[in-house]
Amino acid sequence: MNSMNESSRSSTTIAIQASLKKRYARERRFQWYGRIAVLTGFVFLFILLADIVVKGTPAFTQHFIKLDIDFNAQEMGVGQTPSTGELAAADYSAVVKSSLREMFPDAKGRSEKKALYRLISIRAEYTLRDMVLENPALIGTRAEVWLLAHSEAGSYLKGQVDPATPESDRRVKDMQIAWLDTLAQAGRTESRFNTTFFLSGDSREPELAGIKAALYGSFYTLLVTFCLAFPIGVMAAIYLEEFAPRNRLTDLIEININNLAAVPSIVFGLLGLAVFINFFELPRSAPLVGGIVLSLMTLPTIIITSRAAIQAVSPSIHEAALGVGASKLQTVFHHVLPVAMPGVLTGSIIGMAQALGETAPLLMIGMVAFIMDVPAGVTDPSTVLPVQIYLWADSPERGFTEKTSAAIMVLMAFLILMNGLAVYLRKRFELK
Amino acid sequence: MSVIATVTEKNTASLEGKAQMDKSSAFDMQSHADMKAYETIGKPFVKNSKMSARNVNVFYGEKQAILDVSLDIGRNEVLAMIGPSGCGKSTFLRTLNRMNDIIPICEVRGEITLDGEDIYESDQDTVMLRARVGMVFQKPNPFPKSIYENVAYGPRIHGLAHSTAEMDEIVESSLRRAGLFEEVKDQLDKPGTGLSGGQQQRLCIARAIAVSPEVILMDEPCSALDPIATARIEELIDELKENYTIAIVTHSMQQAARVSQRTAYFHLGKLIEVGDTKEIFTMPRHQLTENYITGRFG
Ligand SMILES: Nc1ncnc2c1ncn2[C@@H]1O[C@H](COP(=O)(O)OP(=O)(O)O)[C@@H](O)[C@H]1O
Ligand SMILES: [Mg+2]
Repeated sequence: MNSMNESSRSSTTIAIQASLKKRYARERRFQWYGRIAVLTGFVFLFILLADIVVKGTPAFTQHFIKLDIDFNAQEMGVGQTPSTGELAAADYSAVVKSSLREMFPDAKGRSEKKALYRLISIRAEYTLRDMVLENPALIGTRAEVWLLAHSEAGSYLKGQVDPATPESDRRVKDMQIAWLDTLAQAGRTESRFNTTFFLSGDSREPELAGIKAALYGSFYTLLVTFCLAFPIGVMAAIYLEEFAPRNRLTDLIEININNLAAVPSIVFGLLGLAVFINFFELPRSAPLVGGIVLSLMTLPTIIITSRAAIQAVSPSIHEAALGVGASKLQTVFHHVLPVAMPGVLTGSIIGMAQALGETAPLLMIGMVAFIMDVPAGVTDPSTVLPVQIYLWADSPERGFTEKTSAAIMVLMAFLILMNGLAVYLRKRFELK
Repeated sequence: MSVIATVTEKNTASLEGKAQMDKSSAFDMQSHADMKAYETIGKPFVKNSKMSARNVNVFYGEKQAILDVSLDIGRNEVLAMIGPSGCGKSTFLRTLNRMNDIIPICEVRGEITLDGEDIYESDQDTVMLRARVGMVFQKPNPFPKSIYENVAYGPRIHGLAHSTAEMDEIVESSLRRAGLFEEVKDQLDKPGTGLSGGQQQRLCIARAIAVSPEVILMDEPCSALDPIATARIEELIDELKENYTIAIVTHSMQQAARVSQRTAYFHLGKLIEVGDTKEIFTMPRHQLTENYITGRFG
């Protein structure tokens, strides 16, 4: 008996040893597959991010050019002691132009002069007007003023234009390059942080375009989405999980909620167009409708994740609460929901992040408009960040390329922020 | 007794050579038809009972978990319920405060009264009932909240305290009676889930007595605890019986013997034998009871 045991044991040992090497090799191989997969993912992510960052970073700076402006009343078309009204309507582009002509007398003929004027952004007129309106005593004097460069001039100053390429292939011409070089050598150019990008709405001129209107649009849209989707989603999840009887009907509802999560988002846009705009006649292009549509899209996500979170709460907590005589509602709100909250919040924030990045359904309801003014409420026409990105990516002007990438960077910053918030909330609640 | 005397093969084998037929009976456990006709041996009824169950049948869907059980729980007594796993002890215990209501497929038939009032009457409120019949569960299940809040929760939702001072008073006295106050008095704001298993179970007992119940149901309260913590809970049960009526399910015969005045033995959903604890453990009248308490199966 004993010897039999021993021999069988040793034969087992041999068999195991024989297979051991193979097993370990298989494990190592599997680990390598995993590493390669992860690495590939990282490489692509890195390339994508690097491309966006490299393209987008220049958008955060802007070049200014210093000109000697002669506030000549005659040239501006106003009298010697002009009224405020006159000053507001004065021709400021004339003084900019004459200042440029004075500095570069070599610009002859119409087209050359036009190229010269193109060094300075049309914003210059407003800058000068604001200066004069604030201080009318400037009229008749001469002053050095930093004016915003035109986006094409700016792109040369940022080093984005290669002078070696044939002149016909670039928008910044040889003469302009020469003028800009002269200005740069004279210390009359300066790179500053691009506040315009954050403080303006969209514009036809790349150097004047900003994301403020889109940011506000996104904010209002998400506000509407959150106010609708969060309470409705969480309540639905609580009802389905804690109160609804288990029967055919609730099974059907469950299946349909899952299906709804898989519906292409553009379908929700069509629904929004047909129901909210055409039938209920809510304003087109407004965050109100956008928010409603996105909340329909986010609801399934919130319901599904909230249900999972509620389901994960230990049944012993139910029993404990019911055991001391809590009603079902008290049990849910005092005990189950607080425990499920991290999961509920995580799901909701992920749903909101999805909504923040959503474009297709908003195109359907007209939130793809050209919006210069910051919306003041949920019924004002507006656009949202991803749609703004779509619009800029579609623009032919070169200056919008960097704006596109910069706006993507801002959008991603918000997404990371929201996901970070989700992680933070989960950690915080779990500690308790 | 109209029970056919047959013993399962296994038991027959294990009892080989022993005079087995002097006991009243054993029966074919597969056959519910036989069991229907079975009548509990011993003294299921007491005078002046706190709770009484009459002809209680419990079903989980098609499956019957409790068969025609009638049993009284006397005032200020500790009733122990013993029996092999799955025999329906927990199920029966949970019928006493309608805890089975939360299981959708569970159906309870028969009559259960508390001080003579039917607790399954439709106008009976489960919230009220559970405040009067508290429960301590097998696995300690404190709320993931502070120790104070764990105890204060019941009194708060029932509006038993009218001021913070009164609430403090209730919390302290409940913790004291559960023998936990001295250990936790400096950390009342710490989470109850951070205590040791035994402390958690005493916290759960404190939580149950904080709403001043009349009856406390305990479902294997010590099964997750070490011997020292178990001993403390047993002492506690002994003290609590002065003021409360207690029904305790236990898988430990020693525990039943130590803490209870009466013991009920369940087998496959049937209440086989009830009697004074001393008698049950020294002179079991039913073969199954004897097999169980002598450790032959279960
Ligand atoms: N929620 C439930 N659903 C269906 N069957 C159950 C449920 N709870 C218990 N049962 C069944 O009822 C019988 C008695 O269980 P239980 O009361 O837990 O026994 P005990 O506590 O004595 O071990 C067992 O056969 C068990 O499988
Ligand atoms: Mg049990």
